Amino acid sequence: MKRLLVPGAFAACCVPLLWLAALALTSNLGVNPVEEVIDDLGYTAFVLLALTLACTPLQILFGWNWPIRIRKLLGDFCFFYACLHLLTYAVVDQGLDFKAIADDVLKHKFIFLGMATWLALLPLAVTSTRGWQRRLGFRRWKRLHRLVYLAGGTASFHFLLRFKTPRVETVAWMAAICVLLLVRVVAAVRRRSGVVQSP
Amino acid sequence: MRSSEVTPRSLYIRRRDFLKLGAGSALAFSLPAFARAKVEHGPKLAGVTANPSYALPEEKKNAFEEITTYNNFYELGTDKSDPSDNAGKLQTRPWTVSVEGEVGKPRKWDIEEILKSFPIEERVYRLRCVEAWSMVIPWDGFPLADFLKKHDPTSRAKYVAFESVVQPQMPGVRGYAGIPFPYLEGLRIDEAMHPLTLLAVGLYGEALPNQDGAPIRLIVPWKYGFKSAKSIVRIKLVETQPPTTWNQYGGGVEYGFYANVNPEVDHPRWSQARERRIGELLRRKTLLFNGYSEVAPLYAGMDLRKFY
Repeated sequence: MKRLLVPGAFAACCVPLLWLAALALTSNLGVNPVEEVIDDLGYTAFVLLALTLACTPLQILFGWNWPIRIRKLLGDFCFFYACLHLLTYAVVDQGLDFKAIADDVLKHKFIFLGMATWLALLPLAVTSTRGWQRRLGFRRWKRLHRLVYLAGGTASFHFLLRFKTPRVETVAWMAAICVLLLVRVVAAVRRRSGVVQSP
Repeated sequence: MRSSEVTPRSLYIRRRDFLKLGAGSALAFSLPAFARAKVEHGPKLAGVTANPSYALPEEKKNAFEEITTYNNFYELGTDKSDPSDNAGKLQTRPWTVSVEGEVGKPRKWDIEEILKSFPIEERVYRLRCVEAWSMVIPWDGFPLADFLKKHDPTSRAKYVAFESVVQPQMPGVRGYAGIPFPYLEGLRIDEAMHPLTLLAVGLYGEALPNQDGAPIRLIVPWKYGFKSAKSIVRIKLVETQPPTTWNQYGGGVEYGFYANVNPEVDHPRWSQARERRIGELLRRKTLLFNGYSEVAPLYAGMDLRKFY
């Protein structure tokens, strides 16, 4: 069971991409396939970001260690889907018109928040290896990786602004991310005041 | 076509649910097995003549499937596929359209009377959605001007307000769509009287599918699609600019009253400079007034950046 955790999570993370490929191969992407692909990739990246953010709170709340073992995997896949999302937007949607993309990023907070999220995730993906952890020293590495909280925030608002009116689903995801952050804050405060020992 | 030949809506919907259910399991065996559900066609409209002045031969028309499965109609749900999935939740008979306000002859029309009283012509129009996608659609309808003139608008009729239907069983009305209902739209009287402005009752020679705003809707091809109110039940001529749904939304964060297609004026969240024609991969340039330059005199001397 334990040995299946990482390969199982890896396989699960591949499913959204395989599903999209199946839809594409059977021309089931609908009337606006470009929009569908961008939306699906972005949504997958967002869900993986939320799952990555859930690993530590699950350990804090329930004492589970298995989420921590797949946290790096989830984070890496989140960045992988975020890259595909951005690439589809830049290459297919915008036709690699860099002026149009720059305008879009600077003028519209919806796109700005999306780009900000990707930029926040970039150094985290690069330094997600054990080697980088050693090179930076664990304290510095940990401090850098707090950027993921920022990414959680910008991604939430990017997702919210995707639709003309706020959707129940999006607001629920934002609430979930808030709860996940709150669990850490409460744990940190209690740890600092010496109520609980850090695991 | 006799009504007995048409598959009852309830049966048709159940069949579709069955198809959806089957899709997941079919995937395991053969990928092409999960075919898309077909869209129901409406009855053929009688006596439709194509208007050669609005044939738009240089444009490729979008397919019926495209026009009927990718819609914005929040009363039937906020996803693009919701209106076609929930089309059965709109009841289009009996249907009345009330014309009131600053008119000499107010009248409550039965939809069947309207269909009999106005010669229906086919016009191929470009439709540009505020979301930066577009289609080319062969509408069947008649000029709004012909309809309004029957009611003798008074000199105080400066604007026309349109109200869309609200039915309690519509999923967007029951649940949360983010905008208040009824959906309200409006035009200046000269915009309403412009020969391009249409009341549509069909597309591709068939009665409008519910998801496209059956049984009667507005078409204003030089404005963003949301101005073209669907499933109209009330038309009121008024003296002052009427409130409209998206203009009121969030204190005016979405769009102004005019909402003319304009590549120079961005939406708050995206650029309007280019659009994706449904069926094409890369974007094309958006044209001022959606290419209908004949409406430019309506806005002579107006700052289109201010009145967007």
